[in-house]
Amino acid sequence: MTTTRSAPGSLIVEHVSVQYPGHTGQNAALQDVSLQINAGELVVALGPSGCGKTTLLNLIAGFLQPTRGRVLFDGHEVKGPAAERGVVFQDNALLPWLDVLGNVALGLRLQGIPAAERETRARAVLEQVDLSGFAHHRIWQLSGGMRQRVGLARALAANPALLLMDEPFAALDAFTREQMQELVLTLWRQTGKRILLITHDIEEAVFLASELVLMSPRPGRIVERLSLDFSQRYAGGESARSIKSDPAFIATREHVLAQVFAHRDKKVA
Amino acid sequence: MEQVLEPIVADAPLLAPAPQIKRVRPAWQISVLTVAVLVLLWWAVTAAGLIQPLFLPSPQAVLRQLWVVSTHGFMDATLWQHLGASLTRIVLALIAAIVLAVPVGIAVGLSPRVQAVLDPLIEFYRPIPPLAYLPLIVIWFGIGEFSKVLLIYLAIFAPIAISTAAGVRAADPARIRAAQSLGATRWQLVRFVILPGALPDVLTGVRIGLGTGWSTLVAAELVAATRGLGFMVQSAAQFLVTDVVVLGIAVIAVIAFALELALRALQRKLTPWVAAQR
Repeated sequence: MTTTRSAPGSLIVEHVSVQYPGHTGQNAALQDVSLQINAGELVVALGPSGCGKTTLLNLIAGFLQPTRGRVLFDGHEVKGPAAERGVVFQDNALLPWLDVLGNVALGLRLQGIPAAERETRARAVLEQVDLSGFAHHRIWQLSGGMRQRVGLARALAANPALLLMDEPFAALDAFTREQMQELVLTLWRQTGKRILLITHDIEEAVFLASELVLMSPRPGRIVERLSLDFSQRYAGGESARSIKSDPAFIATREHVLAQVFAHRDKKVA
Repeated sequence: MEQVLEPIVADAPLLAPAPQIKRVRPAWQISVLTVAVLVLLWWAVTAAGLIQPLFLPSPQAVLRQLWVVSTHGFMDATLWQHLGASLTRIVLALIAAIVLAVPVGIAVGLSPRVQAVLDPLIEFYRPIPPLAYLPLIVIWFGIGEFSKVLLIYLAIFAPIAISTAAGVRAADPARIRAAQSLGATRWQLVRFVILPGALPDVLTGVRIGLGTGWSTLVAAELVAATRGLGFMVQSAAQFLVTDVVVLGIAVIAVIAFALELALRALQRKLTPWVAAQR
């Protein structure tokens, strides 16, 4: 699996289009989308429902093949899902017949890592997501936020080069969501992983993204790209509240919001 | 780790609210009351001499027979030997059915081709009442113990196979994707995601199968049996020993109920997430 000695985890999406069978060309789920995730970037794909952002994530995860274009990971074309591209799902998709530790260690188990080692490593990740005391809890004994953290820990424990997060906090209440956003930034700084996060929450996107990609529906395409530094400021020690109440943050948020509506109205007209 | 992760845990309840068991209790008491009223009515009707014991023996007579048949026996075997014979048959049939129906169900659930091959066979024989094909089994396999177990086995096989296949097919696509993105091979998907996910359905199949199997028992024991609850009821009827007939029916009912409860307990033990996620 050695190619060029570029940093592991390089992702390039090249002129990708996706059409679902039965759809006409105009209803393409994705149209000519290009994207790159560089080392240390936290890319957020933001858009209203139907803009194909989850389709984009499914392509990169390997759950779906593009109709046109290609997805390159570490120089190889993505043909299917693999442990190097970890996924956090909106509904967490945990296995209720395993306890928390069993879920987190699942990836290591599938790789054939011995029980003792995978327990040590899974426990370390559980500590990172602040769930050390819950190793032997059952999934259904946890709140929504805790389940999502188990899902995050499960993906991290397999040590993927790229972490894909599909609207991970959409189902959580506002308070828990804020905590989870801060957790993601903390983990991003600690692990230095490339992350692609999908969301329809504008404030979340502006706060988390180092690169924000704004998408528009029918057909799903990228309409704007922004480089932002609010997540860097959080990593630098500034509090989330201070960042989110900063006029620069608010201005960016309103700009993005205006763009979302602009592209929506264009379709209506 | 310079920065402390803030009170992420603080707001999260440790335990999800327990399923509401409280409300079940009054219902349970009402059920007991129903049975009590029924027995009282039964006693009153027989004590008043409204119905001849030949048609409906009194509760006391049935209880007396419980004692007599338990200690002295009926038709050369005690109640426990009859019960043992019946239970042995159903346990053998159940083990054989689980061993064969679960893999068949998995194969049918996983592969549309296997399903296409086996579906007509299973669906063809499943709705036939066991009594209808019993004569054929006797012609083919004689009147020995094998034919009886085979009949019960056939009754149990279909529900387990069908239910297992349904459970396999209903595997959560998100969980499958999650395992795939952790590097699971096809076999690992089956082993770690699809099979545990299908377990609740397998157990439901076993529950339904055991019910059908138990009701097939009497039919199976009509054929040249010398022991068994079905045989006991049948021969008692021929000699018009109605209290033994009633006793036999009561024991069959109690065992069926006990099996059902045991399997429900097993389901709660093996697949606790089913109740928890409701």
